[in-house]
Amino acid sequence: MKQVLEGSHAVSEAVRLARVQVVSAYPITPQTHIVEAISEFCSDGTMDARFICVESEHSAMAAVIGASNAGVRAFTATSSHGLALMHELLHWASGARLPIVMAEVNRALAPGWNIWTDQTDSLAQRDTGWIQLYCEDGQEVLDTTLEAFRLAEAVNLPVMVVLDAFFLSHTFEPVDVPDQDTVDRFLPPFDPRFRLDTKNPCAFGPITGPDRYMEIRRDIQAAMDRAPEVLAAVEQEFFSLFGRRYGAVDAFLCDDAEVILVVSGTAAATCRQAVGDLRKTGERVGMLKIRLFRPFPATEIRAILPKAPKVAVVDRNVSFGAGGIFAQEVKAALALHKGNTAVYSYIAGLGGRDITTATFQEIYLTTKDTPTPPAESVWVGLAQEERA
Amino acid sequence: MRPLQVPEEEYLRRGHVGCAGCGAVIAMRFALKALGPDTVVVIPACCWGVIAGAYPQSSLDVPILHAAFATAGATASGVRAALDMRGEPDTTVMAWAGDGGTFDIGLQSLSGAVERDEDILYVCYDNEAYMNTGVQRSSSTPYGTRTTTTPREGWKRTRKKNIMETLAAHRIAYAATASIAYPEDMIRKFRKARDLKGHARFLHVFASCPTGWGVPSELTVKLARLAVRTNVFPLYEVENGVSYTLNTEGDLPVRAYLSPQGRFRHLSPEDIQDIQRMVDEDWRLLRAKAQGPPQRARLMA
Ligand SMILES: Cc1ncc(C[n+]2csc(CCOP(=O)(O)OP(=O)(O)O)c2C)c(N)n1
Ligand SMILES: [Mg+2]
Repeated sequence: MKQVLEGSHAVSEAVRLARVQVVSAYPITPQTHIVEAISEFCSDGTMDARFICVESEHSAMAAVIGASNAGVRAFTATSSHGLALMHELLHWASGARLPIVMAEVNRALAPGWNIWTDQTDSLAQRDTGWIQLYCEDGQEVLDTTLEAFRLAEAVNLPVMVVLDAFFLSHTFEPVDVPDQDTVDRFLPPFDPRFRLDTKNPCAFGPITGPDRYMEIRRDIQAAMDRAPEVLAAVEQEFFSLFGRRYGAVDAFLCDDAEVILVVSGTAAATCRQAVGDLRKTGERVGMLKIRLFRPFPATEIRAILPKAPKVAVVDRNVSFGAGGIFAQEVKAALALHKGNTAVYSYIAGLGGRDITTATFQEIYLTTKDTPTPPAESVWVGLAQEERA
Repeated sequence: MRPLQVPEEEYLRRGHVGCAGCGAVIAMRFALKALGPDTVVVIPACCWGVIAGAYPQSSLDVPILHAAFATAGATASGVRAALDMRGEPDTTVMAWAGDGGTFDIGLQSLSGAVERDEDILYVCYDNEAYMNTGVQRSSSTPYGTRTTTTPREGWKRTRKKNIMETLAAHRIAYAATASIAYPEDMIRKFRKARDLKGHARFLHVFASCPTGWGVPSELTVKLARLAVRTNVFPLYEVENGVSYTLNTEGDLPVRAYLSPQGRFRHLSPEDIQDIQRMVDEDWRLLRAKAQGPPQRARLMA
């Protein structure tokens, strides 16, 4: 049934439909609406679940790790400083191969308190062994959250569903909320092979020396390697039940493009518009949206980007000393390719600064007119007086 | 002499990797004898994270979940919630942490779990320092102690944090101290705690550490007994944070407890007098709260 939903509530509805059994979370703007709605579901009996109101994000992740180890479907949500505080536990979740799902609302990090969108928080967790999926709109948030549980439970890795602060978390859109019966067919009850069980006592997470540790890490990598294929299969099934699918990446008008704009998150929606506008004026421009960031969909990217001589990656994030993070990953993916696609790197929209269709037009024109890409990322939309 | 009334069942296996004379091993042995097999143990980083055994082995016959150092209270809360959701509410969830994991880095998570009144049993086995990492001071390290981070003349000049009072201030349903030198008392308290279902419960277990304290391994139990008999570690119970019951009353000066230990060897007679004053003061405060004579003074026999 179509409902007008906030992006945050698209997450909450999916968590309800997924029949999550234990939720633990700590409030931080702009994640609060997600967990407030879930709290209501838990207290009014809409969800048969326990909500543990912990005293920090570190404890929130610890609690869902405990719950998942004991064999239930578990969920948490956070943002920015909360995610940073969880960092240690993110490794614990993936290392223990727990299919925890977390909604992470992209928000900037202080100092300079800033509650607006910025991907640096989640991208800084890229090496923690979590699958990461970046969403473009409310429907995609709901659908991705449902898919996340299937994916996580199939590969035994935790999944982060990432959505932009405010532009997505607090924006109302019509969202098709599926019925429970169909979701139940898509997502059967969670029944893990191993769990804390006093009838079959095992030790989880004990000391693991140099003689064994490496193989266990190799297994995590192997699970990550399997994830794109599993995601494709999950999406196929999702499509047959619900009529929607998204892919690891989404190519828009790329086939004959001279320049492909590479984007993620809500910027993709703006970029679609900009590409459509530019096409009307005869410009050969396309867009590649990256939805799956971990594992990085290098194969899909190598199948699309080399079609164009130039690629402009637009990053709403920065790794200080290295530049835009998606750009680094795209360059690494293309390094295996023999073509001569040039990768241009742009940083825009940090700390919630607007990325508009005009921003994309500027990026497109700059890329078109610059014969070879500069070595460093180019910062777009800086105030004049702040330019070096 | 009457033989000890301690359950025959063993849930601790031979081949654990604790040091010779490890008080924390004895503590776990008695704890599980009391609790029985329907118990899940959550162990954050601490000596017990090692003692429990390396993958793929385990020294316990109950499930263990190893957890991040700061997270015993929160992890146990999550396990509890999940077991309840799975229809296994009778299983005891025991968090088993060292003093560092309880008094210091895990205090916030413990406080949260107790404030939520989680249906868990939280046990702190107290060896009065970070032993696993090589005897660094914790906030449980008592006044006068030399550790590797309070060495030589920098011996610790602040008092041991009173964790029991911290828990009492949370109005926890049940908190008690226990000692490996008094197994029957300890087992009684573990059973009482186990059976107080539906609430957060806390046990503070004194667990001597020959390696960290600079004593021969055969003195483990004797030192634990001396800690009780000198009122350094009184045995008592607190219900709902207000109702105190004393189980023991000391009959020896602190010197008897301090002098066998390498970690206190540097203390002058004046320093020992200072410690005696602190112990006497703490005892008076405790006595006042209990409002009456110790109810199980026969333990001293
Ligand atoms: C976040 C974090 N910081 C530091 C450590 C290192 N560490 C492991 S065990 C430990 C000390 C544990 O002390 P305590 O809780 O008293 O237990 P004990 O080793 O004395 O039994 C420390 C500092 C860690 N594992 N995790
Ligand atoms: Mg210790």
